[in-house]
Amino acid sequence: MTLTVTRSRRAAHSAPSARWRSRKVQGWLYAAPTAVIVGVLFIAPLVLVGWMSLNRWPLLGQATFNAPANYLKIADNPLFLDAVVFTLKYTAITTVLLSGVALGLALLVQERRPGVAFFRTAFFLPGAVGFAAAGLLFYGMLNNDFGPIDPMLQALGITSEPVKWIGTPNMALFSTITLVIWRFAGFNMLILLTGLQAIPTEVYEAARSDGANRWQIFTKITLPLLRPTLALMLILSVTGSLLAFDQFFVFTNGGPDNSTVSMVMVVYRDAFFRFDLGGAAALSVVLLVALVGLNTLMMRRLR
Amino acid sequence: MSRYLTLSALAVLFLFPLVWSGYVSLEEPSNYLEMARFGEGIDTYATNSLLVAVMTVGGTLIVSALGGYGFARFDFPGKNLLFLATLAILMVPYATILIPLYVLLGYLGLQNSLVGLSLVFVMFQLPFALFMMRNAFEALPRELEEAALVDGCGTFRAFWRILLHAVRPALITVGLFAFLASWNDFFAPLILLNDGSSFTLPVAVVSMTQHSFGAIDYGMLQAGVMVMAFPCLILFIVLQRHYVRGFMSGALRG
Repeated sequence: MTLTVTRSRRAAHSAPSARWRSRKVQGWLYAAPTAVIVGVLFIAPLVLVGWMSLNRWPLLGQATFNAPANYLKIADNPLFLDAVVFTLKYTAITTVLLSGVALGLALLVQERRPGVAFFRTAFFLPGAVGFAAAGLLFYGMLNNDFGPIDPMLQALGITSEPVKWIGTPNMALFSTITLVIWRFAGFNMLILLTGLQAIPTEVYEAARSDGANRWQIFTKITLPLLRPTLALMLILSVTGSLLAFDQFFVFTNGGPDNSTVSMVMVVYRDAFFRFDLGGAAALSVVLLVALVGLNTLMMRRLR
Repeated sequence: MSRYLTLSALAVLFLFPLVWSGYVSLEEPSNYLEMARFGEGIDTYATNSLLVAVMTVGGTLIVSALGGYGFARFDFPGKNLLFLATLAILMVPYATILIPLYVLLGYLGLQNSLVGLSLVFVMFQLPFALFMMRNAFEALPRELEEAALVDGCGTFRAFWRILLHAVRPALITVGLFAFLASWNDFFAPLILLNDGSSFTLPVAVVSMTQHSFGAIDYGMLQAGVMVMAFPCLILFIVLQRHYVRGFMSGALRG
């Protein structure tokens, strides 16, 4: 960074020349498409969502300023308050289980041995499948009449009748988390592998020659040195889970009895079923501020 | 040995759903015929998905390659601010920005348009893509373009003819990420497209479950799942080296 600054200053001093000016213009020209995309499709909508949240903004028709009604309304939105509790619960369980599974997988495939490449690919492959496809796949697989899981469990004597996979609130949550782990464990495993491979082998050798056993090596060396990578994975998992939408929309459709309605699903329903874009914008702003705050906090605490 | 047993058992668990879906969809070939006739016809949806993917990949590559070069090799006022603003896209929850984007695309006459959807995808890809491309250009020796300049190329000619070839691995990585993201995304097309004939595959296939008043045809549904998943699986297997290298080179540490 300092290098670029001094270089540019020297260039500006020694040659306030046409060449320097033309390089500045050229730099801008190369960056211009980026600036247009970021300005029009990111900064402008950010400003717009703030403005929308201060207005009564129906899906069709004229917007009228009504601040702070959209924000006050949030406290009277029982569906959203329930969704907050549900989403936090879902996030906590998912993050713990997903991290555990991903860490286990990463430890199993971290060493270069014959066949390991195949297993890495096998664990990651579900990650290449989109959430909509994965949701529909599980929807079929867990169907009581069509899917293979119920007959398999019954043949093994584990259950005696078809399980209500998405028929009760707890089972719907359990099934969704299973789907999410299936889809994302390999992705998180890849993140952890990058961290594991950054640990120098000499550290392990030194520990081993000091007589440390595998458990000691894992808790005293691997985990502490993996901390930054684990932190990154936790942040991605928490953020992703708090904003969960696809899995619930496609797989449980919020049911049964609205027991699996996530925060983002409420935003979507407010906007496109209740046609209240202003209310949805206010919810968006709250989510946005909360998440940026949470991310900042997590990065500070975990890094 | 016990490690390989564990690994094999786990691999069976992870691969089983994909194998099952492929198997039941193929069990009766009529599944695919019926699925193909659903709604506006699968060819319409597949074409839409493909168009969006091509525009997203193309747009992301063009914008990030130009931007990456600009950020790696030039100084200009506002450079750091623009870079930070681009990275800030990562901090903003996807869902919270889609509703204003829906309104904004309306102002621009791009609501319910595949072009508008692709532009939105390009924006979401940009932080990662720009970061990757900037690093790739920074890693190139300066002599490469100086030689070209001495030979009488303008900087743009040098960029186009020589430098782009030198950063091809990064271009492939960025393109693969952009393809998977745009092909698989469900939420953005659900919000931004509202006319059946412009649906992409994920929205169309999900609507198979929600618009049927009678029993859902699960075999047909799995045929739809396979049509969506197959290109991604193949592409990932062929290009996985680039994908993994994208991770390693700090794609996620931005």
